[in-house]
Amino acid sequence: MNHGHPDLLGLFTHFLVLSLLAIGGAITTVPDMHRYIVVEQHWLTDAQFSASIAIAQAAPGPNLLFVAVLGWNVAGPWGALVTMTGNLLPSTVLTLWATRWGSQRRETRGVRAFTTGLTPLTLGLLTATGWVLAEPFVAQPAHRWGAVGLIVVTVLAMLRTRLSPLWLVALGAVAGVMGWV
Amino acid sequence: MTQPVNSPAVEPLHAPASLRELFFAFTWLALQGFGGVLPVAQRELVERLRWLTKAQFVEMLAVSQVLPGPNVVNLALMFGDRAFGVRGAFTALAGMLAAPLVVVLAATALYGHFAQLPAVTGALRGMSAVAAGLIISTALKLLATLRTHPMGLPLALGFSAATFIATALLRWPLVWVIAGLGAVSIAVAWQRLRP
Repeated sequence: MNHGHPDLLGLFTHFLVLSLLAIGGAITTVPDMHRYIVVEQHWLTDAQFSASIAIAQAAPGPNLLFVAVLGWNVAGPWGALVTMTGNLLPSTVLTLWATRWGSQRRETRGVRAFTTGLTPLTLGLLTATGWVLAEPFVAQPAHRWGAVGLIVVTVLAMLRTRLSPLWLVALGAVAGVMGWV
Repeated sequence: MTQPVNSPAVEPLHAPASLRELFFAFTWLALQGFGGVLPVAQRELVERLRWLTKAQFVEMLAVSQVLPGPNVVNLALMFGDRAFGVRGAFTALAGMLAAPLVVVLAATALYGHFAQLPAVTGALRGMSAVAAGLIISTALKLLATLRTHPMGLPLALGFSAATFIATALLRWPLVWVIAGLGAVSIAVAWQRLRP
């Protein structure tokens, strides 16, 4: 579905800008990536776009890697390179600069107020992410009990044992293949 | 792999001995991160390697969440920078991204061939349910750190609950939630930290 030659510079600049808007993670800029790549430029179809994100979610590693998959599907290896560099460069520079600035002043009241003030929000956001991921399962009657069971088992195992999360992911995959979820 | 746990995540703290150790620690935790690296990062950095306390982890996470860019990537940069400076930052980042990038691009190449198999879609569904459970358990563990929060447990939990309601239930844009609730919360913390 590639319409002509994707414009690598345009792709790069778009992801460069989105990098700085990605407060709360790259996943929060997905709607805008969709607007640019699918609606405006017609580089990918809707289905290709969704599949790109699903693959990255299922594979190990930071969720951010969906950015590389999108780039790859638009323009091959160069596309992946361009979207990843664009998406990482500005936020990396800013993060390094800001943490250095902050850690020199770690014990000042301002910096302490900033980090301790945001801690409760961070934990609320983390809970929200868990909820948003779990909700689609709860909403589907066909998968509800299997999935909720799997979620509960995971939470209990993580809180009460030192079992590696890998085993739980493997359990999830097996349960899914057997059709229990 | 399944020793019962009594109280991990307390001192003594260790530190990565070399850039090499840092690189492979982040590669290993990234490769375990199906559906998100954060729960694994918490387990590895806090509970297994003890390179950070729970409280330090939450604080780094808080900062990495307000900065633009993916949280775990920012976390890797901040941790690496704290351990070995800029070299450490890029080592941790490269460790976290290199191997998973190869895996995900290989998966992209293979996906076209297997997407229609029910076993594949089933496995993906089971894995995403587990991913949700991993995030929820991480949140529950880290919420325990609010017990020693300067604004006190009830108020801190109130801010967490308000954030949850605004983002998960009301689906308000994140920028506004952070700008609004965050400003109030920082102001309260500022008050409570009065010397």
